[in-house]
Amino acid sequence: MSRYFTDEHEWIDVEGDTATVGITDYAQEQLGDIVFVETPEIGAELSAGDDAAVVESVKAASDVYAPISGTVIEANDALEEEPALVNSSAEEDGWFFRLSLTDKSELDDLMDEKAYKAFVDDL
Amino acid sequence: MNMLSEGRPTRQDENIEAGAAAGPTTHTGNRALIVDEPLIFETGSPDRSGVDLPDAPDVETCLGGLERNQSIAIPGLSEAETVRHYTRLSRQNYAIDVGLFPLGSCTMKHNPRLNEKMARLKGFADIHPLQPMESVQGALETIHQLAEWLKKLTGMPAVAMSPKAGAHGELCGILAIRSALEARGDAREVILVPESAHGTNPATAAFAGYKVEDIPANDAGRVDLDALKARLGPDVAGVMITNPNTCGLFEPDMKAISDAVHEAGGLVYCDGANFNAIVGRVRPGDLGIDAMHINLHKTFSTPHGGGGPGSGPVVFSEALAPFAPLPFVEKKDDGHFYLVEEETAEDHHESSFGRMVAFHGQMGMFTRALTYMLSHGADGLKQVSEDAVLNANYILRSLEDTLDAPFAHSGPCMHEALFSDKGFAEGLSTLDLAKGLIDEGYHPMTMYFPLVVHGAMLVEPTETESKAAIDQFIGAFRSVAERAKAGDEALRSAPHFAPRHRLDETQAARKPILVWEEPEELVEAAE
Amino acid sequence: MRYLPLTPQDRRNMLSTIGASSVDDLFVDVPREVQLDGPIHDLPMHSGEMAVEVHMKGLAKRNHAAGDMPFFLGAGAYRHHVPASVDHIIQRGEFLTAYTPYQPEIAQGTLQTLFEFQTQVARLFGVDVANASMYDGSTACWEAITMARRITKRGKAVLSSGLHPHYVSVARTMARFTKDQLDHQAPELAAATDMDDLLDRIDDDTSCVVVQYPDILGRISDMSALAEKAHAHKALLIAVVTEPVALGAIQSPGEMGADIVVGEGQSLGVGLQFGGPYVGLFGCKQKYVRQMPGRLCGQTVDAEGKRGFVLTLSTREQHIRREKATSNICTNSGLCALAFTAHMTLLGEKGLRELAMLNHKKAVAAAEKLSRIPGISLMNTSYFNEFTLVIDKDTRPLVRKLAEQRILAGVSLGRLYPEESSLTHGLVVAVTETTSDADVDQLVAALEGELA
Repeated sequence: MSRYFTDEHEWIDVEGDTATVGITDYAQEQLGDIVFVETPEIGAELSAGDDAAVVESVKAASDVYAPISGTVIEANDALEEEPALVNSSAEEDGWFFRLSLTDKSELDDLMDEKAYKAFVDDL
Repeated sequence: MNMLSEGRPTRQDENIEAGAAAGPTTHTGNRALIVDEPLIFETGSPDRSGVDLPDAPDVETCLGGLERNQSIAIPGLSEAETVRHYTRLSRQNYAIDVGLFPLGSCTMKHNPRLNEKMARLKGFADIHPLQPMESVQGALETIHQLAEWLKKLTGMPAVAMSPKAGAHGELCGILAIRSALEARGDAREVILVPESAHGTNPATAAFAGYKVEDIPANDAGRVDLDALKARLGPDVAGVMITNPNTCGLFEPDMKAISDAVHEAGGLVYCDGANFNAIVGRVRPGDLGIDAMHINLHKTFSTPHGGGGPGSGPVVFSEALAPFAPLPFVEKKDDGHFYLVEEETAEDHHESSFGRMVAFHGQMGMFTRALTYMLSHGADGLKQVSEDAVLNANYILRSLEDTLDAPFAHSGPCMHEALFSDKGFAEGLSTLDLAKGLIDEGYHPMTMYFPLVVHGAMLVEPTETESKAAIDQFIGAFRSVAERAKAGDEALRSAPHFAPRHRLDETQAARKPILVWEEPEELVEAAE
Repeated sequence: MRYLPLTPQDRRNMLSTIGASSVDDLFVDVPREVQLDGPIHDLPMHSGEMAVEVHMKGLAKRNHAAGDMPFFLGAGAYRHHVPASVDHIIQRGEFLTAYTPYQPEIAQGTLQTLFEFQTQVARLFGVDVANASMYDGSTACWEAITMARRITKRGKAVLSSGLHPHYVSVARTMARFTKDQLDHQAPELAAATDMDDLLDRIDDDTSCVVVQYPDILGRISDMSALAEKAHAHKALLIAVVTEPVALGAIQSPGEMGADIVVGEGQSLGVGLQFGGPYVGLFGCKQKYVRQMPGRLCGQTVDAEGKRGFVLTLSTREQHIRREKATSNICTNSGLCALAFTAHMTLLGEKGLRELAMLNHKKAVAAAEKLSRIPGISLMNTSYFNEFTLVIDKDTRPLVRKLAEQRILAGVSLGRLYPEESSLTHGLVVAVTETTSDADVDQLVAALEGELA
């Protein structure tokens, strides 16, 4: 399994043809207390850059974009009851949705952990 | 000597320890005038009532077999309890009647009580919107007179009176723009909105089916004219510009903006939320504006009522006048007033874009606003704008040594002064200053708006504050700002003296409780 | 000037602090050529209270106040007795002159009343939640249609012919721009509503079916079958209530399966006021709460654990979501919502039920008398406090003639539906607790005179 990052502060775990997507710990820190997460419908076909999910704090609503193209195969239902998971475990239990990938070559454009860390340090 | 020593002690007890004045906890949890009030659902009962009604006639019902058989579960209170309940609740509110209310962009000025008295005359308060026109000539004339005032104050040839509030007025203006463009077969798709705009602007444009694009601001807090010109083109339906803008600044290039937009075939909407700064000094009609809403509840003193009702008439240029919504009032040659609605719309109103509300708009606000205009007159309204601008500049110049004022270098402000939390100690921000102001006895300024300034604080004193009141406010503001700069930890937990401490908005949003539900133990006991 | 505290000396002192020589210096950003050189011409100068009162009273006097004569108008705005204490409560300066409760620590008064309002509205409508108010019933109705579009992602709304024609007009105006499709016909002068027809018109493209209850002609129908059919097609049932007092006598729309219930709250506490300000009511099932328009008040706790109230779920709203907001509404009808709540609290369930039954039975008694007049028949077989008479005359001129005799007889369907010649003989008559037997007798006599 390998983990990728985007400059929109999403992380992507890839295992075979399946990608799990969430927002980074840095992002949850910036957003503050998460109060609601709207996940995509199962079966939705997303192109890289499409609106995929919405994450809300008390004061702001942020769109989460599909980092890569694919079909939604699972959404994290636990977030409905406990959006705080995004705060407590952004990069594990607080995942948003899973995609079955259309084009694995899109992964080449993404950052690895080291590159993302450097990117965040620069902000 | 004759020592009269009975009665209450007249000297402070010197043995009281310092700090004890805060007092012990009370049996009730109340603190003298700060009294908690339960919900009606906890004190009332469905079989109690504060209304006595006569007996109904003895006839059969005719309800189509749909009689209500389930309980409604709405508790009642006697009149005595009702009055006390709401009076106690009212005392937990800050209001203009209580003190200076410097909420930028919201224009919390004094609400004259003559307005209230006039709105309650039975000839205004107790008439039905569908009465025959001959029976409501005075009401139609009232609308007509107010319309004439608004046209003259803005220098615009037409006005739509029915929009119910500012955002509804925006919608009215944008629908007129879209209708005018469609009438000439020009289906444009984009509305340009400055980054600093009220959120209602982009929401309105989207509600009317437009795409929204941002116009950037320049370093002086104004629309970047060159960037705007560069974006104009055959797909741009128009712009929505707030002037004076949400940074409290006049857009000096307004006429040039209008000309450029017209040149490119678009139309100009002006958000008139801040019209109160310029009434009697300049007319929007002379700035090339095609449509502008006027918040009667901001500029013309009708009360905000804890969130409404408002009223948002929209003035129109010649280009947009034919598309104004129904209904509206016209004066006939014989002096009679006439309501142009579906039944009476004649040929020359056929391009109206239609009806926006069930009836004729906010009559109760019209009577109040007209009363206010007549009270001030043309001379007074000009003085109102000048005093509002004077008060704001006085605050700006009195506090710019203490607080960051991002646009103070670019010259005077209009009716509101903009500051930011730059320079506050680590961990303290605008929110903390706002809550500190509450402890000083003030409603805070508008905070975190406009979005173009980080940690924005928008202070609008209005013209109805005296110099003494403003001096006192400046003193309080400076004191709290200095504490924020010095890193006073006590500000983090402010307010300390309000009916409530900081409220947990995260919990409210994560697990919304929007209606009252009987506690489970009560439900079980009842079963 | 009585509202302006600054003295000329204050102004001079303040200008000197600012470093300006005159107030004109503060307007330097306004180009010279557009600045006005004095007060706007052709408008009067300032006036004292007495003079303004004379002017306004002169205007008010030229209207026929409903309370001064027999009065039978309804059709979306109803004359009810408002208890004296309601007006006292809304004139408390702490309510009247407060702003939207953006600083909850010093706005618990407004917030708690909104929480009570939301609960009362939800219970009256028989739904899970309600918001803190809309502008009025007509705009609430359109907002409900757009909400159904967001939920179902479909654009065809089926409107009952019994929906208030102004509400239909508002929806038409908006739908033209949003490209929603509205399926609607004018009503017929018949006792039966278009329920069966509506059932046929629901299909898999339908976002919602919108039914007024009681409808514009006063008829009451069971909406349960409609709810079932709508739900089978994954569409929503929207019920519109223009006379909330009716729900003290008849089943709530929520009980019948309505997903969204909207209405006009003017009947309780607000008064006629020539059409505004009124108060839009908006309730729905819990599962749709995040698609609701408008402000919502929610319960929470403060830093000491004490119960308190805040505006919540604001991320739906324009000031945060901007062009992606559920609606552009900002200011709503706060003070009218307070009037509604105070009136409802005075009534309680017992008072509301009594008031409703009093309205209904007075209407039944009046309908009986009126329908005995030769040339007049009662159209309805069911109604609450409003019914439609079919008269052997064009009712538009008839209503004007009766107004000249100082009788406000009702709303002619010709005025509401100027394009429908089949409706010109219909007169919608409302009877409330404020209507006396003598009022009814005067109307009967006047109609007999006109029809003789």
